[in-house]
Amino acid sequence: MMGVPIEHYLVLSAILFVIGAYGVIIRKNLIIVLMSLELMLNSANIAFVAFSRALLDMTGHVFMIMALTVAAVEVAVGLALVVAIYMHKETLDIDVLKMLKG
Amino acid sequence: MESFIFYLFAVVSIASALIVVSHRNPVVSALSLVLTLFSTAVLFILLLAHFIAVIQVLIYAGAIMVLFIFTVMFLNLRDDALSFDARGMKLKLATLFVILLIVGYFSHLGFKKGVLLLISQSKNPIPENFGTAEAFAEILFKDYLLPFELTSILIVVAILGVVVIAKRRLN
Repeated sequence: MMGVPIEHYLVLSAILFVIGAYGVIIRKNLIIVLMSLELMLNSANIAFVAFSRALLDMTGHVFMIMALTVAAVEVAVGLALVVAIYMHKETLDIDVLKMLKG
Repeated sequence: MESFIFYLFAVVSIASALIVVSHRNPVVSALSLVLTLFSTAVLFILLLAHFIAVIQVLIYAGAIMVLFIFTVMFLNLRDDALSFDARGMKLKLATLFVILLIVGYFSHLGFKKGVLLLISQSKNPIPENFGTAEAFAEILFKDYLLPFELTSILIVVAILGVVVIAKRRLN
């Protein structure tokens, strides 16, 4: 038997997701926006593993690994873009970086 | 004891997530993100996902965070570049509460429908190898072999993309 009901894990996941979405919407530093995206993906992983435990089915673990791979790939490409943008524009303020013309 | 550990690390992860989105210094944000991911790994151990917890520490808290911290250090942001967040407090709070309202509504709906789904946790006995690398590999390589192979294509595309972006920067 588990001591903590599965709903509490889901509520924690929802809270972390909200904090991540809040960071994506409100922050203006591009690196912090990427970190907030990581928070959101991580909260989805908590929900995957929690449901996997509740249903005693390890498929959720497989999907968590897939989500983790996508997160790693996204960070690699995103941070390469951040470095390129900073070399080009000398700023990471996303209000300045509005024009997608290069 | 188990619930004490859960609530302790849940509070730690929420607090450090709040520091991630609210602190002015990107280095502090990156280190708080490490703390969030570590406490998530502890929660995975509580959920009997031992292999997943190891992967979380190795990849998230290891590889991804090293990338983040390396980039923050590499760019060497000046002090005026750090003070981007000058929007009003009212707008921030309003956004937070709107998101909270929407998420609360949907999780309320989800819990009303999810009652039948969640009861089954107490009936079945836990399989002996639940959460180990052995059982994980069995599912991954039997049922999900094609998505696993497609992941490698995704990684190759990402490597090529990063190389192209980095080369263009040098020219």
